[in-house]
Amino acid sequence: MASALITMPKAARAGDVIEVRALVQHAMETGYRRSSEGALLPRDLIRRFTCSFVEGTGQSVSTSDGSSKPGSRLVFAATLHAAVAANPYFAFHFRAERSGTLIFIWTGDNGFAHREQVNLLVT
Amino acid sequence: MRLALAIAALVIALTSAAEPRKSGIDYASAATQTLQKDDAQNPGMLWVKDGQARWTERTGAANKACADCHGEIAKMRGVAVRYPAMAAPSAATASATSTQRVINLAQQINQCRVERQQASAWPAENASLLGLEAALAFESRTLPIAPPVQPLLAAAQARGEALYRQRIGQMDLSCRDCHDGLAGKRLGGNIIPQGHPTGYPIYRLEWQAVGSLQRRLRGCMTAVRAEPYPYGSSELLDLEAYLMKRAAGMPLETPGVRP
Repeated sequence: MASALITMPKAARAGDVIEVRALVQHAMETGYRRSSEGALLPRDLIRRFTCSFVEGTGQSVSTSDGSSKPGSRLVFAATLHAAVAANPYFAFHFRAERSGTLIFIWTGDNGFAHREQVNLLVT
Repeated sequence: MRLALAIAALVIALTSAAEPRKSGIDYASAATQTLQKDDAQNPGMLWVKDGQARWTERTGAANKACADCHGEIAKMRGVAVRYPAMAAPSAATASATSTQRVINLAQQINQCRVERQQASAWPAENASLLGLEAALAFESRTLPIAPPVQPLLAAAQARGEALYRQRIGQMDLSCRDCHDGLAGKRLGGNIIPQGHPTGYPIYRLEWQAVGSLQRRLRGCMTAVRAEPYPYGSSELLDLEAYLMKRAAGMPLETPGVRP
């Protein structure tokens, strides 16, 4: 039951710097821990988090990898490792210039993939 | 004169034992407090969000959602601060008075699930159950804990208080020994809180997940090297009932964050 929470303003004035915060539900199992029976718990990590921006509203942005879509611009990316706590939280800043959609993608071990998108109205 | 002073000192010592009650969050580090205060960072909000989604999800043989009977989840404000309490009259027990009993919020959710939605009950600590519980308690955030006055509940609270005072385990400690006697002092790196269940279900950094009050109680029992009571046992329920009475009037913080 992966779920994520994105906290950011829905609207901004052109040139404003807005704070974007993203929290995702994930166990971030390191692969180094053992169960109470002594068996090694298999690694289960989010490996990469990206946030990209696609300009314009109302257009289709439903591709699974927003980063490779023409016209999309990478805003923030992170590579995650075993030392990152469960339910990773990221906060970063973004300069709003035109209206568009921010696309958040988390990918990781065991085919983990979660995607969220939030529209931003710039006036 | 000396006697009077001694008596005065004794009175002060006794009243300071009843110092203002403190929530566990007051003992937590500034970083943990920030994590709880800020809904954008509080990982417990992920469970709340999941529970809010379940509220409107039709399920079971009856194909009913919680919202189909109860309406918007916002209407459930004030519900979570009452539990544990006597079970709401259900379809199956309306006529049979002999089945009246005290239940906690999780058991109430499962009762609805089985009888109204005709779905299977969730096991203890199931993520969906914790989510729904967290979403309901979230609606009562900031409301004072208010156990109702019910004869059956009073009996459970009394049994719970006896358990609270009962020394258990190889360490031979009662809940009271630490959470009344040594609250504010340290156990290893952690400060011992007064043990008020103000934020349940809580996100515990040690668990890296949300868990119930029963999970926490079982954790304490293992720590004093006693055999923990099983999930859903009447002993854990009685303890829950007593702890909520002990914390009556304190504001609910769900989803709480603790170290």
